[in-house]
Amino acid sequence: MAFMQKDILGLRTLNQEDILEILDTAKLMKYILEQNNKKTPHLQGKSIVNLFYENSTRTRLSFELASKYMSASAANLSSTSSSVAKGENLIDTCRTIERMGADVIVIRHPMSGAAHMVARHVKSAVINAGDGMNEHPTQGLLDIFTIRESKSAVQGLKVAIIGDIYHSRVARSNIWGLSKLGAKITIAGPSTLLPPELGKTGVTICGSVEEAIEDADVIIVLRLQKERQQKGLLPSLREYSQIFGLNKERLALAKKDVLIMHPGPINRGIEITSEIADGIHSQIEDQVTNGVAVRMALLYLLTRQRRK
Amino acid sequence: MSLCIRNGNIIDGEGIVFHNKDILIKNNLIVDINTNLAHKADRIIDASNLWVLPGLIDAHCHLREPGFEYKEDISSGTASAAAGGFTSIACMPNTLPAIDNAAMVEYIKKKAATQGIVRVYPIGAITLGREGKTMVEMGEMKEAGAVALSDDGDPVVDPNTMRLALEYAKQFGLLLISHCEDKSLVAQGVMNEGYMSTLLGLKGISRAAEEVMVARDIILSEITACPIHIAHVSTKGAVDIIRQAKSRGVPVTCETAPHYFSATDEWVEGYDTNTKVNPPLRTEEDLVAIKEGLKDGTIDIIATDHAPHHRDEKEVEYDMAASGISGFETAFSLSYTHLVETGILSLEELVAKLSSIPAKILGIPGGVLKAGLPADITIVDINREYEVDRDHFYSKGKNTPFHGKRLKGKIAYTIVGGKIVYDEEDAK
Repeated sequence: MAFMQKDILGLRTLNQEDILEILDTAKLMKYILEQNNKKTPHLQGKSIVNLFYENSTRTRLSFELASKYMSASAANLSSTSSSVAKGENLIDTCRTIERMGADVIVIRHPMSGAAHMVARHVKSAVINAGDGMNEHPTQGLLDIFTIRESKSAVQGLKVAIIGDIYHSRVARSNIWGLSKLGAKITIAGPSTLLPPELGKTGVTICGSVEEAIEDADVIIVLRLQKERQQKGLLPSLREYSQIFGLNKERLALAKKDVLIMHPGPINRGIEITSEIADGIHSQIEDQVTNGVAVRMALLYLLTRQRRK
Repeated sequence: MSLCIRNGNIIDGEGIVFHNKDILIKNNLIVDINTNLAHKADRIIDASNLWVLPGLIDAHCHLREPGFEYKEDISSGTASAAAGGFTSIACMPNTLPAIDNAAMVEYIKKKAATQGIVRVYPIGAITLGREGKTMVEMGEMKEAGAVALSDDGDPVVDPNTMRLALEYAKQFGLLLISHCEDKSLVAQGVMNEGYMSTLLGLKGISRAAEEVMVARDIILSEITACPIHIAHVSTKGAVDIIRQAKSRGVPVTCETAPHYFSATDEWVEGYDTNTKVNPPLRTEEDLVAIKEGLKDGTIDIIATDHAPHHRDEKEVEYDMAASGISGFETAFSLSYTHLVETGILSLEELVAKLSSIPAKILGIPGGVLKAGLPADITIVDINREYEVDRDHFYSKGKNTPFHGKRLKGKIAYTIVGGKIVYDEEDAK
């Protein structure tokens, strides 16, 4: 069954076949990215609008470049420079964008479920570029893509996710996506930053970072937002880096060919030491490149099947 | 003008069920319950195969007037109540300004007398502006007609203020109603904390937010020997705490709302903001405990917590959406479908929890059908199945998660003081 989704809202509600088709398509897109001339006509005549209610470097720029590499018309709108600042509600903003001819609306929003609401109200395809704590499906897909590039299959891999799981849409998308492809997921982080009843999703919650990363094939390190400490969820960043940070000693517990990933931006010296972030196991910069490929694939798949 | 309700099955609210009997109403009062009374009346309602009940009484609703007339007003709110079978309703003071003085109580009563079609009993605030600081003039408010006091959605945080309010209110026979919610434990939560909040990435509200304050208020009630009524119980833990308190004689009563035994947090899937309510929809385990509490009497009554909102306040991000469910017009059907059809309560027990017991708790008339009493009567067709259609709600608030659900048991007529205020035939 070929890919027929209207929107990409999250990996929890996407099936395995769709995930694999996106990843396979991204492989072709990566090939294009590696060429001297990166321009393709895949999105010629299509219009992509990036609507960002939160700051972003990687996600926004990679969507914009992905659109442009494939010859789409791309426009960016941020909440501070638009009618949103005048109090326009999200549905009205998105209907306006739709009526200007947007084939795809890429939305990042600080509240969970925002993309789902938009998708119900517009005919344009909607890509969730991060909604609150819920999902960041394109990040999940690029992470899985990166894993598949180095490891032949995801099935049976031990993937450790370390850090603030509670607030992390990256963690959620990775948990749903990697589980569907058969990875074994271990989790470690401060107990105040673990979501309730997470164990019911099939992941293994470990008592320590050491336990979680022992024999891991992949370690995904999450960014620790500094404001978590101010809200009383942590005693100090210093203790966090001591107990939950990824350092050389802990890394030695993982498999020899372990992949280290991080969605960025990195707090160097807090959740990960610079020597690991920049070391031989690090996939962090490849993740960025793969992010463009995955977003090219999604834009193509969503506009390819659009009916008049 | 006289009216006869002919050939109905009558629950009198005092333990007697009459089959195929007539009720004769003259001059706003019930004059007789017997056979063959139809020839004495100007107008006849044929209640064959219908149940004739004491008018339903809602101890907890929001009429939004004054201040939020775009959500609801006394006219639309009482029309909605009538369509839901309610003949008397007690409205919460979270208006703007709050109902925190005698003049405001009188204002609500006067408005209700001229624009309302059911009996409206104002609940006053406990503290000025519902700010949790200065006690209201309880004595004057009682005299003006307040039937109970509550700071509603902004519960009294300071325990000593609550304790003093309990003691001061008691001398006037005023009941304090507590919306139990520790705001610091709620934090930024928007749905029940648990597996579903993890799946949906929404911030959770711990059951502890409710249970901590239920426990506090029960302890204060016990120590002062002052009655307390706990609003909208939603968790298993709260039911357990109240059950224990009752067993040692604490003067505590409580209510739950229909949505807490009809829906769970699984309904939040898809981020439908009509599922956002406070306290939030809980889990199956809680729902079962609520039903057990209703069955064993721990939960005294069912109240709607009718909380109408404008669609603009619901068609927004889940985090930003207003909390509340428009509840009058589904309350009886949800209760009948989920409690009587499932064998948890008999029809008589359900009717008691929707009429005579709330009347007793609030100290207001009603809940009984007897010659000489005002003719506040609700007639229901328990065999009627129908699909909930919010577009036909009388309430301005169309915010319900039950739209499109099939329910059993429908209100046929609502009669207040002998006057038919809702007739399902006309509503079609």
